[in-house]
Amino acid sequence: MNDALPPVRNRLRTILPSAITLLVIAAAFIIAPHVYGNRSLLFSMMTFIVLAQGLNLLYGFTGYLPFGYVGFFGTGAYTTSLLVLHTHIPVLLCVIIGGVGAVIVGLILGPLLRLSGAYFSIANLAASQILYNIASNQDLSSITGGPYGLKIDQVYNPTACYFTMLVILLLATGLAAHFRFSRFGLALRAMNQDPTSAAMAGIDVVRNRLIVWLVSASIAGLAGGAYAWNLSVFYPDAVFTLQISVFAIVFALFGGVGTVLGPVVGAVVLYALYNGVGISAPQYFEFIYGLLIVVLVLFLPNGLMSLLARRGVRVL
Amino acid sequence: MSSEPLLVLDGVVKRFGGLTALDGVSFSVAPSEILGLVGPNGSGKTTAINVISGVYHADAGSVCLGGQRIDRLPAFRRVPLGVNRTFQVPKPFAAMTVRENIEVAAYFGARGRVDIDDVLVEIDLADQADVLASGLTVNQQKRLDLGRALATEPKLLLVDEIGAGLNPGELGVIADLLCRLAARGIALIVVEHLLDFLNRIANRVIVLSAGRMLYEGTLENASRNADVVAAFIGG
Repeated sequence: MNDALPPVRNRLRTILPSAITLLVIAAAFIIAPHVYGNRSLLFSMMTFIVLAQGLNLLYGFTGYLPFGYVGFFGTGAYTTSLLVLHTHIPVLLCVIIGGVGAVIVGLILGPLLRLSGAYFSIANLAASQILYNIASNQDLSSITGGPYGLKIDQVYNPTACYFTMLVILLLATGLAAHFRFSRFGLALRAMNQDPTSAAMAGIDVVRNRLIVWLVSASIAGLAGGAYAWNLSVFYPDAVFTLQISVFAIVFALFGGVGTVLGPVVGAVVLYALYNGVGISAPQYFEFIYGLLIVVLVLFLPNGLMSLLARRGVRVL
Repeated sequence: MSSEPLLVLDGVVKRFGGLTALDGVSFSVAPSEILGLVGPNGSGKTTAINVISGVYHADAGSVCLGGQRIDRLPAFRRVPLGVNRTFQVPKPFAAMTVRENIEVAAYFGARGRVDIDDVLVEIDLADQADVLASGLTVNQQKRLDLGRALATEPKLLLVDEIGAGLNPGELGVIADLLCRLAARGIALIVVEHLLDFLNRIANRVIVLSAGRMLYEGTLENASRNADVVAAFIGG
């Protein structure tokens, strides 16, 4: 009996804070529209938290930095929109299939995982540009809309979009908690530190890495689908711009990758700053952003969460 | 020593581009046996360990464990069959504690059948259980490598230059530990430059040179073999 006690307490110590985190996020974004009128901004903020969290799933737990992460986002947006246009599938299901579309692209790009470090990041960046060029190709206008983009305003429903994105956000954060505290997460940590030793500990490194890659892709795909649904009219650039990747990376790093809360905090703080300064005085925004990145790299390479961890606080 | 071999290598070849690191190597090891693998630098000792453990795949020949061919299996699938190893330069999970290092191997390599505390005692790191692996000395990290391998319940343990850099006292401790493991029925292949150390523990040695087997027998007779002397000293 005594042997059974520690694991149970251990589980409580990890499941309880994770559950509270999810509840707080849900409550915050359910209440926020009643306090703050600009729901479209809140929607965008959630989108970027999802992207930062989705990127964190891959980068924070396997060390693979996907510079072309936006490729999955755009794939989800196009898959969802094309299904809305050409089929009678309920739009929510179209969003889910958008996630599946991103997984399929992830499978096709799976061999990229043979690369590592900067080579992986650059190859992934190139892959996202290929997807962008396919989507915006003039000759494919009859299918993808080409450079003129797509229009799905017949299903426009901002409230449904908002809550769909919230569910995706909770899913992404729940997955991060799972990666952080489960046995699977233990395997990921081991692989990240030494793949050869991990293999000799009996861990299927290739399979686990592929699973995380596909999970991370699906999150971006789902987010892309919900984002397109909310935009309802968009050019390819809107869902394939490299700025989306860069934002996701900076937000995640700022908060602290490899944690559950880091990307959430990073995205909320920086996206709020972006909207506070970036819209009213864009020239200062670039300056402040640049400065922030320099300070981050120099003094806080492990993100905001490392400030707490350094003080011995157990960070979620 | 039991007569039935555990591991059988037959005509194993491993090439890296134009270099043939292993050129038709054939030998076997029985349970409880300690086989020494010696030879000059670049003779293929570590490559042999890598091919047996699955870090590399053989280009030709076969590797059988308990009658089953394992040469096409990835490393992580050989672990549950009973193959494990240590590394010449220890490769711990640096940001994990000593206990977590063992835990990972015990859970994924042996489905938690092994008592982690027993392993910690065996490798004499029980007092360091909660220390991060990066904070250990090289000697301790080598023992941690060994402990991680033991946590997967190996039948065959490949030990790559565990003696290098250790003082005589530490060497004695490791030698006793390896002999204890062999007495428990584990087959060991020990790659080592320290011949005194090997002399104390090995039942038999194989001398490799440029990927070929020059000699197989007792270490004592090896020094009287003309080919071996030529390979080591030049002839």
